[in-house]
Amino acid sequence: MNKQIRQNIAFTVFRLLSLAVVGILFWILGFITYKGIGVISWQFLTTAPTDGMTAGGIFPAIVGTLCLIAGSAAVAFPLGILSAIYTSEYAGDGKVVRFIRIMTNNLAGIPSIVFGLFGMSLFVNTMGFGDSIIAGSLTLGLLTMPLVIRTTEEALKAIPDTFRQGSYALGASKLQTVSRIVLPAAFPNIITGLILSVGRISGETAPILFTVAAYFLPQLPDSIYSQVMALPYHLYVIAVSGTDLEATRPMAYGTALVLIAIVLIINVSASIIRKKLSKRYA
Amino acid sequence: MLETININFWYGAFHALKDISMKIERNTVTAFIGPSGCGKSTFLRLFNRMNDLIPDTHLTGECLIDGKNIYSKTVDVTGLRKNVGMVFQKPNPFPKTIYDNVAYGLRVDGESNRGLIARRVEESLKSAALWDEVKDKLKKSAFELSGGQQQRLCIARALAISPSVILMDEPASALDPVSTSKIEDLIHTLKRDYTIVIVTHNMQQAARISDRTGFFMLGELIEFNDTKKVFLNPDREETQNYITGRFG
Repeated sequence: MNKQIRQNIAFTVFRLLSLAVVGILFWILGFITYKGIGVISWQFLTTAPTDGMTAGGIFPAIVGTLCLIAGSAAVAFPLGILSAIYTSEYAGDGKVVRFIRIMTNNLAGIPSIVFGLFGMSLFVNTMGFGDSIIAGSLTLGLLTMPLVIRTTEEALKAIPDTFRQGSYALGASKLQTVSRIVLPAAFPNIITGLILSVGRISGETAPILFTVAAYFLPQLPDSIYSQVMALPYHLYVIAVSGTDLEATRPMAYGTALVLIAIVLIINVSASIIRKKLSKRYA
Repeated sequence: MLETININFWYGAFHALKDISMKIERNTVTAFIGPSGCGKSTFLRLFNRMNDLIPDTHLTGECLIDGKNIYSKTVDVTGLRKNVGMVFQKPNPFPKTIYDNVAYGLRVDGESNRGLIARRVEESLKSAALWDEVKDKLKKSAFELSGGQQQRLCIARALAISPSVILMDEPASALDPVSTSKIEDLIHTLKRDYTIVIVTHNMQQAARISDRTGFFMLGELIEFNDTKKVFLNPDREETQNYITGRFG
């Protein structure tokens, strides 16, 4: 077999495999859409479940998930961004930083159910928040923090050192260099990483199971100490433990479709925002 | 006036500069030449303490500017760098507008008078022979300029904070011949107001633009003399070999 043919075969295999990945994604999306689109209606999106969750909509769960996204962002963004700035711009490459980095990676490897139990023990019980948005947001925030740190660090590392040197050579301090040169230049990528990490947590079930999620709670939250319904948990409930599983099957697909749509919207807006922001400098 | 007395410098265990003493007069152009890795860029970066940014380095000896040791504990490094500007090998404008690039040094120095900043930006761009090319697009990104224009922008940026010394680390090595000759003309004009120290790989360039030339090899200053003398009648055999292209 000559080189040319061998190369063609190899590339054909690679191409088919990468197409298969895309194919699986479209399969899932198509399947969920096909099964779920039927129940999607204005009423489904804007009313609470009724009749033992066999009828009505999922509005409280949508609101709950949006609250948790905002809450966990408020926890993870400031902490994650500041510690990434510290490790990548200030701390150099000593033992302490390497230790922090390894621990951050370990944190990212902890199963999310463990975060859920930890959150229940610390925020719900010890700190006495009870099942609440604040307990759930803190738990989800901790879960997503390693991702925020890593994407922010990568965005900062992508900024060439020549910018920093140019700034120092003009008499700028380290703080000025970081805040006026490095952060603005890294901003498009940082913001993208943040939005993507938020998309990731919006689908998490285990961490909210014991910290915030309500089985059935038709009214909307009135403070950060309220319990809320959330899309992933609601999906789990009506798919496996509802009062009439057969009757609620289409609603489960509808809920899944709404959850996927929220994540997709978040991801697409991330890439739009990044394109808009990077155009300013290019 | 710049002066070094018995400078030794190490990167970790590597002895990069060996016992270098030299004096550089005001309003002159001094060129450093020598093979790659000979220490000429390291030596250049001593004068604005850019080597401080590299971890695990070590320095002995004295480095004086106008009689003051710039490595003494009381020296404010940001203040030093305002007085000693630097232009890098590859043009490195910030991802900002042309105007903001030139204004940057003034702003980080706490200058907030807009009229004064605007005046300094215009003067600096004129001194860097760039004003006519950019005056209508000051609010455009600096990345829209050509490589040669970007390098002149970096020179303008350095001039804006009124330094007395300008260090140039192979400022034309990434540029085409036309841009290079513009930079060389510029160096000629700037000499009136500034003391210029330039590292170059290009020996013709050193011969064209400099008053004095230092030849470095393996971390040592082999010869430092008037440029004419170094190129026409060097004292040392190593210098002769290098400039005639027998090695390096």
